[in-house]
Amino acid sequence: MEFIVIIISAIFVNNVVLMQFLGICPFLGVSKKVSTAVGMTGAVTFVMILATIVTYLIQHYILNPYGIGFMQTISFILVIASLVQLVEIILKKVSPALYQALGVFLPLITTNCAILGVAIMTIQKDYNLLEAVVFSGASAIGFGLALVLFAGLREHLDLVELPKGIKGTPAALIVAGLLAMAFMGFSGIV
Amino acid sequence: MTHKENFLKGFFKENAVFTLLLGMCPTLGVTSSAINGLGMGLATTFVLIMSNLVISLVSSQIPDKVKIPSFIVIIASFVTMVDLVMAGYVPALHEQLGVFIPLIVVNCVVLGRAEAFASKNKLVPSIIDGVSMGLGFAMALTMLGAIREFFGSGKMFGVTLFNETYGMLVFVLAPGAFIALGYLIAFINRVRKA
Repeated sequence: MEFIVIIISAIFVNNVVLMQFLGICPFLGVSKKVSTAVGMTGAVTFVMILATIVTYLIQHYILNPYGIGFMQTISFILVIASLVQLVEIILKKVSPALYQALGVFLPLITTNCAILGVAIMTIQKDYNLLEAVVFSGASAIGFGLALVLFAGLREHLDLVELPKGIKGTPAALIVAGLLAMAFMGFSGIV
Repeated sequence: MTHKENFLKGFFKENAVFTLLLGMCPTLGVTSSAINGLGMGLATTFVLIMSNLVISLVSSQIPDKVKIPSFIVIIASFVTMVDLVMAGYVPALHEQLGVFIPLIVVNCVVLGRAEAFASKNKLVPSIIDGVSMGLGFAMALTMLGAIREFFGSGKMFGVTLFNETYGMLVFVLAPGAFIALGYLIAFINRVRKA
């Protein structure tokens, strides 16, 4: 039951992108086509779950016992950056097909604030390891849901005639606002 | 580029938010009021100036292969300093900005300036670049915060201008952030062309 609450809350009610504003850069950057949005979602899900597990272990087995909690930001970002590199190298060797699909998105993930944000939030919310995994997975799905929905909307947006100033990013932001408004309908279900 | 041009570019011509569309997460996330926007903007400005300063001094000593990781470590150290100082002296603001303070690390404006400007320029221009880009960023955040605060709760920098019941709550909530920024950028595009 607890897990269901975490999952629904992370995907719909507190959606990472639309409610918490994490990962806006890829949200605006790679949402021009549904297919790239799906690829990005795959890469983010993979790295987010992995990063949350590793940063969780670092926080509870290195930072807390030695009382060096102030090193959190530095250690987490370094871990995430090296993890992304590692995943890229391993994926290239082990599964070239998957690397082909996700490869181009991996370097972009280091500066995706959703990854670091979810890692830090997991610590702040005091989850245990299993809850942390469920939370990060659900957050990644929430990210993917918002990204794919938005990409679908933007594909149609290209065909619409708009005033010059508003074409492009401003129109995309306004549409994202409407999408966020739709997601507000979920508030209160948990 | 003269120092004056270097200083002015961050406000309009190369404004991080309006023109380069960098640092969108804090721009949208913390601008529910003008004060929050200003606080976040100034925190980012400090990190930008200090990281530009250090990086312009040491970048010639860093091998190319580990350039980005070393920049990230330098930036993260200053972010940690800001985080601790704000927690100590302005705990209320620190609470409001929450997770977005540590997230200055992954703000593309900071890393972007380190890579594109500070690593290639001398000390003084790099500091001016940091001041300019940072204050431009702070200006954008404060503007967006003021607009959202005004329409959402009838206040400006916490001063009540009209009764809150006439405010449009949506501007303070998440959707309002996207919509207000969308129209603000559209307006600035229009002004730029004219």
